Amino acid sequence: MDLVASVLDGNRLALARLLTQVENNTPGGRAALSGLFAYTGRAHLVGVTGAPGTGKSSLVNQLAHYYRSLSEWRNSQQAPRIAIVAVDPSSPFTGGAILGDRVRMRDLAGDPGIFIRSMASRGSLGGLARSTSGIVQALDAAGFDLILIETVGAGQAEIDIARLAHTTLVIEAPGLGDDIQAIKAGILEIADVLVVNKADRPGVESTERALRGMLQLAHPAPRVFQNHHLMETIFTLNKSVDAGSESASEQLLWIPPIQRTIATEGNGIPELADIIEKHYLYLLKSGEWLQRERYRLKAELDLLLQETLVARWRSSVSEERYGQVLQSLVERELSPWEAVTDLTAGGGS
Amino acid sequence: MSDSMYERRPRVLIAKPGLDGHDRGAKVVARALRDAGMEIIYTGLRQTPEMIAEAALQEDVDVVGLSILSGAHMALLPRIFELLESNGQEDVKVFVGGIIPDEDVPRLLEMGVVGVYGPGTLTDDIARDIRLALRAQADSTPSA
Repeated sequence: MDLVASVLDGNRLALARLLTQVENNTPGGRAALSGLFAYTGRAHLVGVTGAPGTGKSSLVNQLAHYYRSLSEWRNSQQAPRIAIVAVDPSSPFTGGAILGDRVRMRDLAGDPGIFIRSMASRGSLGGLARSTSGIVQALDAAGFDLILIETVGAGQAEIDIARLAHTTLVIEAPGLGDDIQAIKAGILEIADVLVVNKADRPGVESTERALRGMLQLAHPAPRVFQNHHLMETIFTLNKSVDAGSESASEQLLWIPPIQRTIATEGNGIPELADIIEKHYLYLLKSGEWLQRERYRLKAELDLLLQETLVARWRSSVSEERYGQVLQSLVERELSPWEAVTDLTAGGGS
Repeated sequence: MSDSMYERRPRVLIAKPGLDGHDRGAKVVARALRDAGMEIIYTGLRQTPEMIAEAALQEDVDVVGLSILSGAHMALLPRIFELLESNGQEDVKVFVGGIIPDEDVPRLLEMGVVGVYGPGTLTDDIARDIRLALRAQADSTPSA
């Protein structure tokens, strides 16, 4: 049986080997992903990001554990199958990495409905690895219902996860910054759900207050469905989502809720899972699910185009000519812009 | 895009089976192998053979490194080999570190352990042995 068929058949070793090939961008991996692509687009992708030490891995562990304990989920009479992709940083010097997220996920061992894969960021700066989207596609095709994607410990600018995931959880912990941090651009803006973990620590009120203040000051503008009457829309959202009504003609607005958790003890986890479900319904009703899908695939397409075109162009320019232009740059004979014009206009030689 | 993003790097699972709660050695080795450019999946303390084999499978590792200080190595290793094999991962290289009596070393090697490292081992030697074992494997099986 070939790789694609084995993965679709639920063979875990085949899946693990495919993930390695995807991670290393081998021709076999690319071919298998192409074969599997038609089977993707079904999983709910949930991103988990936040600063190092806020408890992302523990939270992912507890969420996965909770989902697996359910006797029904969405339209199914069984618990969802969960895949976890956990990214940790590569050393910028040696390229090596210690992937330690499994340490917090030992409760999940022995459950065939769970598949955990660790990966190194390999020089990517956006909080994910370049091949994370491919890894997620493979897991999606393999039939996992929910894919939890844990980013590297992220600060303010590692926001690739918002492009990849349908639902992004941003994890905060008490004592990590004042309210000026909360109004800066970046990671807080991408949150669909804000989680204040370690809620048993002192300072949890002020952290939550700062986040709430940030949300009230300004809801980030380009988040698709804006509406004039803020309070009314929140009300509409709660009503229509809770009642499951079909009056989707009303425009919906999602205000990121704030949920307190204590991941090590499981406190707040059912409530968090509930919010994720609400967000899922919101995405479907508002049309944002499809919109995000389109945006994600566009980003993927653009990146692949860039890589392919650059690689193709690079193979048409001799090492020598490239070196000459670089040298002119170093000697300040050419500006970087002029160098690019020079290299791209001349083509070969 | 730079090639390093897609480079095949050795993937090594470092696990600590058994009930003793001392993982300093495992961490030192993990760190040294990281510095040797490998990707280390670190699983932490008190792993059962089943947990180790499951992690090795999901992570598709090339190497499993076990730190064993409890004296239970003669019981743990056959079970781990059995599970790796039943998962289709008989090609995974297994290394053992920790407190292993001299007379047990040949028996472990006979079982299929590639290297046994006691206190005082240079971490560079472990990294070198791993690379050699993987290279020998790559030479004997044409890559897919």
